[in-house]
Amino acid sequence: MKTAITVIGVLFAAGVAWPAEIHAPAQTIAGSAITISTSGSGEATFYLIGPASAIKQKVQAGSDIPLDGDKLDNAGRYVAVLCASDGCTSTSFSVNPAAANKLGMLVHPSRVPIGKPNGISTVAFVFDNFHNLVLKPQPIKFSILPKDGKAVSTNRDSENGVAWVRISSGNKEGATKIGAEIGHADEVRVVQQIAAEACNLRIKAGREKNAFVVETDPVRDCAGNSVPDGTVVSFTKTDAAGKTTVDVPIKRGIAKVQMPIDGRARITVASGVVTGNELEVAGSQ
Amino acid sequence: MKRTLPILIVAVTTVLVVISWFQSGGTQRREMRSASTPEQAVRLMLSQVQSHNYDAAYDRLANRSDVDKTTFVREFEGSYGSLLTYASLESFDVSPLHATDSDANVRARLHYSTAVGPLDDTRDIKVEKTGDAWKVQWPVSQASKLPPQVIPVNYLRWDVINRGAGDEWGVQNVDSPQVRIVSMNAIQRPDSVVLVGEVVNEDSVPAYVNVGATLLGANGNELAQESSFDKISHVLLPKQVTPYRIDFPNMRLERVKNVRMDAKALLVAASADPVIEINQQKMETDALGKKVLSGDLLNESGEIVNIPHVIAAYYDSNGKVIWVSDGYVAQALLPQIPVPFAVDVPPDIAKNVQTYRVVVNHYDTNSRS
Repeated sequence: MKTAITVIGVLFAAGVAWPAEIHAPAQTIAGSAITISTSGSGEATFYLIGPASAIKQKVQAGSDIPLDGDKLDNAGRYVAVLCASDGCTSTSFSVNPAAANKLGMLVHPSRVPIGKPNGISTVAFVFDNFHNLVLKPQPIKFSILPKDGKAVSTNRDSENGVAWVRISSGNKEGATKIGAEIGHADEVRVVQQIAAEACNLRIKAGREKNAFVVETDPVRDCAGNSVPDGTVVSFTKTDAAGKTTVDVPIKRGIAKVQMPIDGRARITVASGVVTGNELEVAGSQ
Repeated sequence: MKRTLPILIVAVTTVLVVISWFQSGGTQRREMRSASTPEQAVRLMLSQVQSHNYDAAYDRLANRSDVDKTTFVREFEGSYGSLLTYASLESFDVSPLHATDSDANVRARLHYSTAVGPLDDTRDIKVEKTGDAWKVQWPVSQASKLPPQVIPVNYLRWDVINRGAGDEWGVQNVDSPQVRIVSMNAIQRPDSVVLVGEVVNEDSVPAYVNVGATLLGANGNELAQESSFDKISHVLLPKQVTPYRIDFPNMRLERVKNVRMDAKALLVAASADPVIEINQQKMETDALGKKVLSGDLLNESGEIVNIPHVIAAYYDSNGKVIWVSDGYVAQALLPQIPVPFAVDVPPDIAKNVQTYRVVVNHYDTNSRS
């Protein structure tokens, strides 16, 4: 009898001394709540070490530890550690990204000359609601929304969270919207398609009311596109009174300036590094 | 002892008052009160202007019936937010040009201290004898006045929307403008090395441009680093070209093996208004015998330009930029009213100048750009 009691006592003591254990699901989804089960008894400390956060809390060994979804926002590998009086034990689990619901989008450049093949680079990054990159392939719809034209779209599957498309700029200058869409998420960027340098810059002179006026023909690039309004055209007039220069921005496609003429005068025009024709005029003209 | 301290204080105060009276030109003013010579008349008037005693200065004029006092004060104090409104008359030199018993011509060189540095103004002033005293015949302002009217202005304006604090990752700002240095020329001046050239905004949006340069020695070591500071028109509209000049004081060109240029451009909100016409540009010799490039500025818009800044590039017969000079204009540019300007050209440079190009930069107190 004495021996039996001694054996039971030893077994009980051994049972008390068994190390606490911790069990977690092998994987879960970002933002989802889980429960981590533990074994053992007595007071213990629970640690959760994630890719972007760490928590510490007092727990009772042998009870379940509930983890709210907001503690598991970041995708990646987590390590759960339980430390009791007899030592520490740990387990690890993976948190996978949730469903794709956000897009990051890079479009370059923000201004592009018209008619440039593959001139616009559009890259979309797929994220879940918690900014985790979604690595599983996802279908993304890229759209081009010209100002005065029909929208064009194409689908691409993301690879390792990234999808991209190269777009040629259109033949018409102006702002174009480029969008990417996944599920309920969409992002839009604006790319300005611009005409190239002025080509065949030409001026003509005339009288308007009582003033002598010099104006350009409609300023276009070599492909016939209008150079944007606001582009500076420099007029230079040389006559007996000296030299006159004036930088005039293009307005509604032409640049126009009033200039006093004293006798014979020579008028030249330039825009940036492009020069135009010369005019020889007389004051009475 | 009881009386010694008050007596000492009174004595020290008296000495200090006398010293300050001498230092503030009291003797000079006392001597000139009588204005027994034409130069004294001008000196007296200008010293009273300097001490902002405009009533006394105005009283020194012989032609008060022709000159409005407000206009006279504005000649020195400025108006419409012009550079003179941020200036004070620091000193002046007076020299005789011609004199008879009844009248004389006197040249006055006025040295202003302004917010952008020293500003010199040379005036030839007529002086006439009235009774026993000489009085100043102040030139009557010939500036035309603009009648009330509406000047329609519908030039472009560019605004920029930058990324906001709440934007997601990947919402990048609009690209910076593309600018290009189209020419650069290094010149040895007596006391410095000077880099001059031109830069163009090749883009379709406005740019805030600054040009910097680093001089490198034989071993590739940095000798000096400077920027164009205000010797450039910083805001460039699309396809606009500006001259720039970078000064390296106390530097010799022989020490320089290489130059590293850096044009930085920022996208900025800007307006295509005002358009300023630069008329009647010509190289001439001014009253002091200096070579200058002079002309008239005409503000074609309806907005007042407070502080015009003229920058001129000079080219040799090969079309190379050989110098860049600049100057601030003391007067504000009112709409449609021409205002003269003149910028210095060094005499050794002037003889090689084949042609030139002038741009006008402007600083406006109510600027929207």
